[in-house]
Amino acid sequence: MTRSHDDRIFGLATGVFAALVLLIVVGIAFELSRQSMLSIEKFGWSFWTGKVWDPVSGVFGARPFIWGTLYSSLLALILSTPIALGIAIFISELSPRVLRQPLAYLTELLAAIPSIVYGLWGMFVLTPIIRKVELLTPEALRKFPLFSGPPVGVGMGTAAIILSIMVVPFTSSVAREILKNVPSAQREAAYALGATRWEAIKVAIGYGKSGIIGAIMLGLGRALGETMAVTMVIGNAPVLSLSLFKPQYTMAAVIANEFTEAADELYLHALIEIGLLLFIITIFVNIASRLLIWSTKRRTIRPVIFPIVAEEESAA
Amino acid sequence: MNNAARRKIISRIVEALCALAVVLALIPLAMILFYVLTRGLSALNFAFFTHTPKPVGEAGGGMANAIVGTLILIGIAALFAVPIGIICGIHLAEYAGTKFSSIVRFAADVLNGVPSIVIGMFAYGLVVLPVKRFSAIAGGVALGLLMIPIVVRTTEELLRLVPSGLREGALALGATRSRAVFGVIVPAALPGILTGILVALARVAGETAPLLFTSFNNAYWSTNLMQPMASLTYQVYTYALSPYDDWHRQAWAGAFLLVMMILTLSIAARLAVRRLERMNRP
Repeated sequence: MTRSHDDRIFGLATGVFAALVLLIVVGIAFELSRQSMLSIEKFGWSFWTGKVWDPVSGVFGARPFIWGTLYSSLLALILSTPIALGIAIFISELSPRVLRQPLAYLTELLAAIPSIVYGLWGMFVLTPIIRKVELLTPEALRKFPLFSGPPVGVGMGTAAIILSIMVVPFTSSVAREILKNVPSAQREAAYALGATRWEAIKVAIGYGKSGIIGAIMLGLGRALGETMAVTMVIGNAPVLSLSLFKPQYTMAAVIANEFTEAADELYLHALIEIGLLLFIITIFVNIASRLLIWSTKRRTIRPVIFPIVAEEESAA
Repeated sequence: MNNAARRKIISRIVEALCALAVVLALIPLAMILFYVLTRGLSALNFAFFTHTPKPVGEAGGGMANAIVGTLILIGIAALFAVPIGIICGIHLAEYAGTKFSSIVRFAADVLNGVPSIVIGMFAYGLVVLPVKRFSAIAGGVALGLLMIPIVVRTTEELLRLVPSGLREGALALGATRSRAVFGVIVPAALPGILTGILVALARVAGETAPLLFTSFNNAYWSTNLMQPMASLTYQVYTYALSPYDDWHRQAWAGAFLLVMMILTLSIAARLAVRRLERMNRP
């Protein structure tokens, strides 16, 4: 009798702590909406469409930042996805067994390097290189909007390159997990039908397709919210442009740069409203990503394991 | 025949491209580590560890206050995130099948993906706004919020690695669930749980964005938790954006220290997992 009583208390007591995690997610949404009320009430939808960001006269339009965040993340995905998938395929399907673990560890090391170090490297090493490349761009090419703008090194293109490097380990480690979980019968069947190695890999990719899309979206979530490295190389100019050379701005960067300077309450609320939108976007991207990864993993009985543990296990 | 040869060539090309992808990812890694190592090491000296920053224009000085600040900040973070994370992880592992557990698990994964700058804003509203002052506590809370989902998920996964025979044995001997968990299962998984904590610490020690408007920065020596506090990451950021060469060099030294700290933490984490694995092998 007392034992079941005891067990119930244990379940409830630990459950309260578990509920805290839910409370944090709800709390963020609540707190950010509360703290951005002034701006939400004053500007309504025009906050999202307005192009002018003028703290001095109290006019706030967030479109350049939203554009910058979406554009830089999209560019980063275009660069990182083929590389991340290539790494995942190489490590899980092609690499010699002895190389598997070191390669997995090295690529994941990219995720361990702090954002501020990427930013430092971006400012002092990558930016000068990009500037040289930009100066070498032929005049004929510069006429296209993609390559217009001053060749200063800092700008959208540099930010996208840094972002893509930072996103690769997240996408590749999840994609690798997914490929590893694809039943070998899938590949064997392909080989039995006379498939080449690549054709067999394609079958495996097809089997884990939704999980791999989930892995790419996980990277997207990271790119959308990345702050320091982008802030340090994107140039921080609120411009709406397709150009890779022009300095632009992102949502996270404007928060990082202006939050402590926000003197009046409306300014602060406008910045928090940007944070709220960033929260909502990343929550949706992450929910979609996790659902895709989970549903793929559930088809393959193995338990979901954190990447760092999974590798150790595969070495066993 | 011709067709088969073509397919084989295509396969070869794709395989080569995959290998190229690995090389392409390792180039920036090697470059970053190279620059951090060479520029960082050349700027490191004894004063870096023992002095506080000098005023603008004066050469020398160090990051002593920022090093201690970072340690204090991640200490505060661990102090409240570790108990919450571990107990939450225990619940998820013990009641793995319930609907509540899957919702919490999902929420932890989603929380893990929330940008750290947003977490910083949340901590700002929670801790800074009510007292209208940046403080070390606020920075610690922000970092702790980032740690929780990582500790939760690793604790859960590692508790599940504990052989079920251990739990069943304890329950068969008449232990209550809490006795079985805290007396048998958690001790067995302890190195693993330690790993989760180390992984989480490694992740938050390098964070800058959530500190920008919580613990802020402090040019002076301070261990007052209610005051703004310096941190390595913030100091590196400030110095990197400054126009002074001497400060740039110190920024590289700070980056070197950060990278070393994080590498040490993640290597320690790896060793802990290895021990757990060995223990579980029959």
